Amino acid sequence: MTIPAVKVSDISKNYGSLKALSHVDFSIDKGSFFGLLGPNGAGKSTLINIMAGLTHASDGNIDVMGNDVRRKWRKARNALGVVPQELAYDPFFSARQMLRLQSGYFGLGSGNYPWIDELLERLDLGGKADENMMKLSGGMKRRVLIAQALVHKPSVVVLDEPTAGVDVQLRKVLWEFTRELHGDGHTILLTTHYLEEAEALCEKIAILDHGKLIANETTKSLLSRYPYSYLHLELKDSSSALPEKIRDMAVSFKGRNVTLRLHREKDRIGNILEALYAAKVSFSDLRTEVPGLEEIFISLTGENND
Amino acid sequence: MINLRGMYTLFSKEVWRFLKVAIQTIVTPVITILLYLLVFASVLSEHVEIYDGVGYTLFLVPGLVMMSVIQNAFANNSSSLFQSKLNGNIVFMLLAPLSNLEVFIAYTCAAIVRGVLVGISAFLICVFFITPDIYNIWILLFFAFIGSGVLGSLGLLSAIWADKWDHIAAFQNFVVLPLAFLSGSFYSIKSLPGFWQKVSMLNPLFYMIDGFRYGFLGVSDHAVMVSAVIVSAFFILVSTLTLVTLQKGCKLRY
Ligand SMILES: Nc1ncnc2c1ncn2[C@@H]1O[C@H](COP(=O)(O)OP(=O)(O)O)[C@@H](O)[C@H]1O
Ligand SMILES: [Mg+2]
Repeated sequence: MTIPAVKVSDISKNYGSLKALSHVDFSIDKGSFFGLLGPNGAGKSTLINIMAGLTHASDGNIDVMGNDVRRKWRKARNALGVVPQELAYDPFFSARQMLRLQSGYFGLGSGNYPWIDELLERLDLGGKADENMMKLSGGMKRRVLIAQALVHKPSVVVLDEPTAGVDVQLRKVLWEFTRELHGDGHTILLTTHYLEEAEALCEKIAILDHGKLIANETTKSLLSRYPYSYLHLELKDSSSALPEKIRDMAVSFKGRNVTLRLHREKDRIGNILEALYAAKVSFSDLRTEVPGLEEIFISLTGENND
Repeated sequence: MINLRGMYTLFSKEVWRFLKVAIQTIVTPVITILLYLLVFASVLSEHVEIYDGVGYTLFLVPGLVMMSVIQNAFANNSSSLFQSKLNGNIVFMLLAPLSNLEVFIAYTCAAIVRGVLVGISAFLICVFFITPDIYNIWILLFFAFIGSGVLGSLGLLSAIWADKWDHIAAFQNFVVLPLAFLSGSFYSIKSLPGFWQKVSMLNPLFYMIDGFRYGFLGVSDHAVMVSAVIVSAFFILVSTLTLVTLQKGCKLRY
């Protein structure tokens, strides 16, 4: 049995009377792309901070690559690269200087400078590498933050809402880059509140809500938890009589617009079209909609995430 | 196992940081000393002889230099660590595999370097006013190092506990500054009434300045060995307190 990349064992964290996390328990397989979702204040950052040793748990423990983050903190921190949620930087230095300093903190010398140059290149920071951090845009600072988490080539890379508040273009770049990292064999833990992002990138997803773990499964099985899809029809004639079998599937009528709810396994669109044809109901437009994590998320947390 | 390179990197980052703003961190304190010297020495030098054969200016120089050394050691750590806390960039250090002892040593050494650099620059200015005739450089350096160490450590403590700049300023203005001024930098405590002499003897900064002055002049208010022991004991006390605070994670890792 191989040890997981991250093992979260019965973690609880209280801030005074606030239970930021209660009995959270899951593990992340080596080499996987894992998503941690949850509405604001669910406790995602708190969990990451405990993992990184920035905060101490009230109870339970976390292992990173088999190293307890409290007892074997040096090994655990060496195995972990964290991109914090808050955009932090040191106004005294340039991006290259920050990266070299960070590399030094991890005990690495000038032998690591080529890797730093490569990171600057891959994150498109080459031209700005020697400018003072204060002169960089928010998006650039975010890239430096990511490079900083990678200076020591950690096996596990944690990104805490890396795409929150960044423009569409940078989001695309970051998606691409995290995919590459995953391809290189890194284990990735991504927190996000963009569900389409988790759906597109993550193989497995855990959902936190009010400090409790309410889901932990593969993205596929999570999506199949909600077995319905929708078929929107625009009828040519509002008075046309729908066959009874189809009328039962309808979840809304708005004039000539009808929405049918289909069960993914039981109902076939082909059968429905045949039935409509047989009943001589003609329509001018047709559109299908497959619900994503959004619906599942709402049904699990009872919250709209926008 | 010890992360020597990590510790050294943090230390050099701290030194690099204050050198980048050397006008503020080195030049300004030296100008302050110069002003003190001009004012006090020119007004008082004719009138006072503190020890036999030691005029006021000669007495004043080591006091002023040491006062500046320790104030700058304090300022270095308190402002640097607190600024990191405010900016949030303290996470970079906290995420790295650096032990509390390594962090402590790195910051304390940087504070000592800042203190000693200010001290040397101040001394070079003072050469215009007095003939430099150092009695024992090793004693002088011992007190400069350990004094900066103590104040650097106090700087860390205040930065860890502070929630806003006001807290740092309060510690500096209501603790460090009065203790420095009332430590016999400007006068021999022998010239004070008996009660105030006793009060002065409770001030750990008095022993730093007195011992430093001994290294400079070969005369002091108090036996230099006693000062050395007291200052060392105080260094151990303050360092332990700082390390325990770091270990507990108070306001850094909570
Ligand atoms: N340092 C702290 N002191 C007190 N409460 C905190 C602290 N950090 C986080 N919290 C609280 O813990 C809960 C979880 O926060 P957080 O982990 O930041 O959530 P998320 O990252 O999922 O948005 C929130 O209710 C937040 O207000
Ligand atoms: Mg968060």
